[in-house]
Amino acid sequence: MDIFVQQLINGLVLGSIYALVALGYTMVYGILELINFAHGEVTMIGAMVALAVIGALMGSALDLPGLMVVLAGLLVAIPACMLLGFTIEKVAYRPLRRAPRLAPLITAIGVSIVLQNAAMLIWGRQYVSFPPLIPQHSHEILGAHITDLQIFIILLSMLIMAGLWLLVQRSRLGRAMRATAQSKEVAALMGVNVDRVISATFLIGSALAAIAGVMVSAYYGLAHYYMGFMLGLKAFSAAVLGGIGNIAGAMLGGLLLGVIEALGAGYIGDLTGGFLGSHYQDVFAFFVLILVLVLRPSGLLGERVASRA
Amino acid sequence: MRTLHLAGSILTLALAISLNGCGQKTDTADGTQVVRIGSVAPLTGPQAHLGKDNENGARLAVEEINAQGLTLGGKPVRLELIGEDDQADPKTATIVAQKLVDTGVAAVIGHLNSGTTIPASKYYHDAGIPQISPSATAIAYTAQGYKNAYRVMANDEQQGRVLGEYAVKTMGARKIAIIDDRTAYGQGLADEFEKAARAAGAEVVAREYTHDRATDFTAILTSIKGKAPDLIFFGGMDPQAGPMAQQMKRLGLTARFLGGDGMQNLNFIKLAGDGAEGVTASSPGLPLEAMPGGPDFKKRFEAKYGPIQVYAPYAYDAVMVLVEAMRRADSFDPAKVLAELPRTDHKGVTGQIRFDAKGDIRGGAVTLYQVKNGAWQVLETVGGKE
Repeated sequence: MDIFVQQLINGLVLGSIYALVALGYTMVYGILELINFAHGEVTMIGAMVALAVIGALMGSALDLPGLMVVLAGLLVAIPACMLLGFTIEKVAYRPLRRAPRLAPLITAIGVSIVLQNAAMLIWGRQYVSFPPLIPQHSHEILGAHITDLQIFIILLSMLIMAGLWLLVQRSRLGRAMRATAQSKEVAALMGVNVDRVISATFLIGSALAAIAGVMVSAYYGLAHYYMGFMLGLKAFSAAVLGGIGNIAGAMLGGLLLGVIEALGAGYIGDLTGGFLGSHYQDVFAFFVLILVLVLRPSGLLGERVASRA
Repeated sequence: MRTLHLAGSILTLALAISLNGCGQKTDTADGTQVVRIGSVAPLTGPQAHLGKDNENGARLAVEEINAQGLTLGGKPVRLELIGEDDQADPKTATIVAQKLVDTGVAAVIGHLNSGTTIPASKYYHDAGIPQISPSATAIAYTAQGYKNAYRVMANDEQQGRVLGEYAVKTMGARKIAIIDDRTAYGQGLADEFEKAARAAGAEVVAREYTHDRATDFTAILTSIKGKAPDLIFFGGMDPQAGPMAQQMKRLGLTARFLGGDGMQNLNFIKLAGDGAEGVTASSPGLPLEAMPGGPDFKKRFEAKYGPIQVYAPYAYDAVMVLVEAMRRADSFDPAKVLAELPRTDHKGVTGQIRFDAKGDIRGGAVTLYQVKNGAWQVLETVGGKE
């Protein structure tokens, strides 16, 4: 029983991180029908910038408490990523907005490769370790261990997701976003500044990526120029699982994918009598993804896209 | 017109490259022959820090030999190191190997990983080029029957056996969980460890798997926790071992953590953070300080390239062994060099280097280390005698 609870916690923490990154994919897709493959790399840049700031602060004479240092890193990483996201959209996607849909997809992959290599040149090839600034007190719940940071990650993700949902459903900007998602032309006719809405989407998505990046590197204790790739892939799968373009779907998809992975890795070996080992954890997760998509092609909470195009 | 022009210059460029690639030697103006030696290791990706370390080790040797001056067949020779990146990826490794063969290198130092060394070795074998790996330890590499494949480090059979016996006899482990990263190195080491640990009387309660890009191990560690082992063995590299050690601590796992040379490095301690203390790992060969030429090598290397990761002295020795064979053959012709390699008896930085019939190093020593007060401390050296 305690093992099961522990696996559930493992999955929820992993899933919260997936969900935060997945939100960035889903927002952009919802509005532009573009899969922004560079989003994973924005997450990585967030982690790297924060670590650079943290390193500089720790090296300086200022004797700030650990949490303040992390917060300072985060506060620099967020605007840095927002600027990056804004620039990516302006340089790589906006000129191609009327091009066939494959073209921006390819520039997205291009941007992702450029960012990875730029990060490698700036921060080097080494794994950068995240200094142990955040206290890692362990609590016991039903025999399972959960640390302060894990609780914080789950709560912060929930909070951000709720805030985002409110923004989209209740605010003026959110209404403009939803209108743009339905039809850019009609929204423009109604006086919505479509370019500005799209820029805002990228700014928000990139800010979330920065937060996710810092959380990931604090949680695993490392950052690396390659970290955005796998994370991006998993988050993208989570967004598809939940129904891409749907904010609640990204949350659900992320949490679900995390829990499926944890339970898959934890139990698949025992259930199959050692025939399939824990190296099938990704296979298992993607098998569930395929199954969901076969039964519900638009994802768990997704709407049919056909009527919209 | 413009495109035609461009196409023309690309053609010329391609021609120039291919022409440049034919010959083994390029005679420079003063009659010095240039002999190319390939060095292959991952220079990008998660293991890039280890790859660069290998390349620098080889580069130091090449630079020192060039500074001393090398004469083969009565003509002055200058060595040129061609560093290639295999991204620790088996598929890329074969492409790079083909490229080096086409360039006409006289020998290859590499690759770093077993998973890349083994598929690449076929290309060097077919081309009849000597290959000396500084760090590939999988048994399969020299078990293929290739007469051109050598390594200057104890293999996984030797290392795994030492680790398995050490875990049971010295650390007193009874119930053992094993994790490997599904690479030729990690899996091979874990298999040998498992054999030796079982033979020594321990019970293997779990065998779990991950991959060499993973960072989250909480699920498999939790599953292992349910089986209450007193020791966890990991066959893999530091980018996984570091976070794994940290996650073990956070999950409240009290089992000892043991691993091989892939995690016995500085980076592991940094990445593992508060989980590093008390972790034990082995490394083939002697500790740098105990190597015959260790302290001196460290000084020369660090003056140029900064701190040593792990394998740089082995890459250095691999080049030296090769050049000695060239000197004995008085030629850089691969066939003649290959005929001389079995006669190697080289007093290297890492120790005395002699090869057995398979191309493995004879009597390779294995040293056990433990993290104490945030640094690797030597526990003991096993073997090292023939």
